[in-house]
Amino acid sequence: MAASYSSWGLVRQATVGHGSWPRAWRAAAAKPSYRVVIVGGGGHGIATAYYLAKEHGITDVAVLEKGWIGGGNTGRNTTVVRSNYLRPESAAFYDFSLRLYERLTAELNFNIMFSRRGLTTLLHSPHAVNAAWGQLNTLHLNGIDAEILSREELQRRVPLLNFAPDARFPIHGAIVQPRAGVVRHDAVVWGYARGADARGVDIVQNCEVTGIEARDGRVNGVHTRQGFIAASQVVMAVAGSSSLVAATAGIRLPIMTYPLQAMVTEPIKPCLDTVVLSPATGSYVSQSDRGELVIGGGLDRYPSYAQRGSIAVTASTVAGLLEIFPSFSRLKLMRQWAGMVDIIADSSPILGFAPVRGMFINAGWGTGGFKAIPAGGWTTAWSIAHQREHPMIAPFSLGRFARGALIDEAAAAVIAH
Amino acid sequence: MFRINCPWCGIRDHDEFTFGGELRAHAPAWDAPLTGEDLAAQLFMRDNLKGVRHERWLHTSCREWLRVVRDTADHSGVCEATHVRAP
Repeated sequence: MAASYSSWGLVRQATVGHGSWPRAWRAAAAKPSYRVVIVGGGGHGIATAYYLAKEHGITDVAVLEKGWIGGGNTGRNTTVVRSNYLRPESAAFYDFSLRLYERLTAELNFNIMFSRRGLTTLLHSPHAVNAAWGQLNTLHLNGIDAEILSREELQRRVPLLNFAPDARFPIHGAIVQPRAGVVRHDAVVWGYARGADARGVDIVQNCEVTGIEARDGRVNGVHTRQGFIAASQVVMAVAGSSSLVAATAGIRLPIMTYPLQAMVTEPIKPCLDTVVLSPATGSYVSQSDRGELVIGGGLDRYPSYAQRGSIAVTASTVAGLLEIFPSFSRLKLMRQWAGMVDIIADSSPILGFAPVRGMFINAGWGTGGFKAIPAGGWTTAWSIAHQREHPMIAPFSLGRFARGALIDEAAAAVIAH
Repeated sequence: MFRINCPWCGIRDHDEFTFGGELRAHAPAWDAPLTGEDLAAQLFMRDNLKGVRHERWLHTSCREWLRVVRDTADHSGVCEATHVRAP
């Protein structure tokens, strides 16, 4: 077990110029066989490995990552965590995730910088206000916190918003989830990686999986750039490439891959202490601890694996932001990027065993996989350990498409699909 | 970003076009006996290939539906397009 991080350790390292911090996790080489191989070292894959080792004592586990930990969508998202979903299945799942996030810093001994600053969704018309009251009741029935702010209350809380009488998108109030917030995204995956590694999990970076080996309806292992690795259980957690990896095991998925953009401005002094989302303009924004405004928008509206978006969507996202925050118009964008996301017709993920025995699918997170990392990893690990799907995720299995039991969360997914 | 060569209008920016889905086998006959699995395969399952694939796009400007050959791994260059129905 690696030495735990503490303020005393910080002081001690300061006296030696921070020159002797140990590695957070080993640079493991892949062994020829494992009990469980996890394809993809993103948030869900790493969290699955952590909970397998910690909750179920299964440590003969390898996480195979094509690039490096924190270099994919865990490093590209806009760090918002929330649980204001409308269907009971999703509300239970995402709220479990939020509750795991709340104590994750202490659990991992790694500061994930959870800032509970609330998610403020603007209401741009009297009709949106009416709909929000219905949404509020649904959320309360599901046990999710929510409150509605009048225009005057909102103006006190977020004074920079465009309350001008001639605003193109007038603001009539907001619906808020106070327990929502932002988390330092790469700290989540680093913390899980450190915890999994300390319990004996091998985290193998620069090890791309080129195919899942399945014979007679059963998984035998995976082919990688470093050779074949045998495994009796394979977890696929490769959001953005799910269709491609699943196809190597002969499985078709109901997924289309789209680019989703995000961008940050230059850092400025603190001016925004909540996450603001404007459904009408399709933009949302929060301010990071470094002072940058982190801006997100809608999908580029065509499938792509290119990991970059088009300038038209960048422009419309920024234009939407400036409609609601005119004073941000003089800021400069520092960086803009895109990640590939799995889009499914009902905006809900796929969590469950595959038609091939020994294979578990964790995919289809759409634009919101980051907030689901703790619950996705926890339930995936539980299902592997018990060889059946955890009741919380049973509704999200691949079989729901043949049963017609879709879980339509298009309204709660917020970003236009 | 990529451009599409519309048979009516010539080479135009992709932003003028609307994606209309990947080209797939025709839908089964209306009275074909279908299981839930068949319906799921038809309605929801997708190839979602990385690389060159055939798709349907609408040129929003001239209202023509097109078959487009496009590389989803790389956006550079011009995608060739043909009419869905001969004019």
